[in-house]
Amino acid sequence: MNSSIEIKQLTKQYGAKVAVDRITINIADGELFALLGMNGAGKTTLINMLSTITQPTSGDALLNGKSIVTEADQVKKFIAVSPQETAIAPNLTVRENLELMAGLYGFDKQTVKQKTDQMIQRFSLQPYEKSKSKTLSGGWKRKLSIAMALISDPKILFLDEPTLGLDVLARRELWAVIEKLKEKTTIILTTHYLEEAESLSDRICIMQDGRIKAIGTVSQLNEQAGTSKFEDTFIKLVEDGGQQ
Amino acid sequence: MKMTIFAKRTTKEIIRDPLAVLFGIGFPVVLLLLLSAINRNIPNDLFNIERLTPGVAVFGLSFMSLFSAQLIAKDRASSFLTRLFTTPMIAADYILGYALPLVPIALAQGIVCYAVAFLLGMKFSLSIVVALIMLIPISFIFIGIGLLCGTVFSEKAATAICGALLTNLTAWLSGTWFDLNLVGGAFKAVAYVLPFVHAVDMGKAAAIGAYADMLPHLWWVLAYGAALVVIAVATFRRGMKIS
Repeated sequence: MNSSIEIKQLTKQYGAKVAVDRITINIADGELFALLGMNGAGKTTLINMLSTITQPTSGDALLNGKSIVTEADQVKKFIAVSPQETAIAPNLTVRENLELMAGLYGFDKQTVKQKTDQMIQRFSLQPYEKSKSKTLSGGWKRKLSIAMALISDPKILFLDEPTLGLDVLARRELWAVIEKLKEKTTIILTTHYLEEAESLSDRICIMQDGRIKAIGTVSQLNEQAGTSKFEDTFIKLVEDGGQQ
Repeated sequence: MKMTIFAKRTTKEIIRDPLAVLFGIGFPVVLLLLLSAINRNIPNDLFNIERLTPGVAVFGLSFMSLFSAQLIAKDRASSFLTRLFTTPMIAADYILGYALPLVPIALAQGIVCYAVAFLLGMKFSLSIVVALIMLIPISFIFIGIGLLCGTVFSEKAATAICGALLTNLTAWLSGTWFDLNLVGGAFKAVAYVLPFVHAVDMGKAAAIGAYADMLPHLWWVLAYGAALVVIAVATFRRGMKIS
């Protein structure tokens, strides 16, 4: 399988603090790749660099062959991000938020309408499409935020804690949407929910202090840790010293 | 194209906050009414409506700084801007998308201000139309200051700077409320290095049809407006990279 994302020695330093330390990973086309780790492990910083929001201190990453350092403008055409905090325009309606995002990616009027209708349908947003987004509950805001990321049909999608704050039903609903995206879209997902990573991911990368602690499929990681439950695996790998 | 789409969003965000728009447009009107009432009750013609209105119209534009600063600062705080940074928009799309919707609001504010002045006894002439048109380049100074503050500071700090500090600076250093020659010296010299008094002097000259007197002040206004927008774009671009 071709690599959709090639991360080479990617590093981010804030003064003396190294947030991401010489990360090198290849992620295949259509793969759902999860980043796990405790708070401050460097997951969001890594996603921010890959999505061109933050400039790396050193190293590079190629997304579909385009450099995030020298070809960020090209990269922006085929990626989308759903940030950790709900990122919506509060005084626009649900429909207007979706239309705004589609328009910014350069789709014509008819396509904008068509894609907006699709997203409203897919995320069951019909009852709220004319409501100002600031009036929605936390769960619906997050759904809208993810729909806004998907409306451009990105080749690579970054989901930073996509189900944070959602109830069980809403979370399962979103898992189903993410499952459907697999194969067609390369997805990098950060999460604190271990069962989410276990259920959705092709491979999982456990990060600690900006470095890769372990990487592999759930069964490979379980094998590496010598446990049968992924939660035990995660705890054992995080508590263990040394890097991979 | 992307700039137009983003500008539409900015317009909706502004007009859907009617209290802010009402306050922005209504404040110069309140000032005019109040000062005209004072003028009727004092012996000297201190707040003559013909001289006062161009100054109040410029002073009212300081609210455009507040609007623009709040818009950017709120977007930065809410992660909405972070999301937009991953789209194919460039720095100029953002700045113009934030700035351009404020220009018609600035013009509307000026029209309402002059309309009230007519009701209070100001004589209408075609030169008033020129004075209104001159509010457009002046508005870029205030919008530019707001964009810069919103890009650099938090919402709270940007609101304080544009809402309190800037309105005071404009009030004291624009010659709207008193003739700067009365103070003179360093105060007047500093005022004439800043754009506010030039904007008011240009407005006053335009309103009475003394177009030749507008010129030196127009260059100051245009230079400050262009410089502030360029600096805002550069600062925003830098912010996009740093973020």
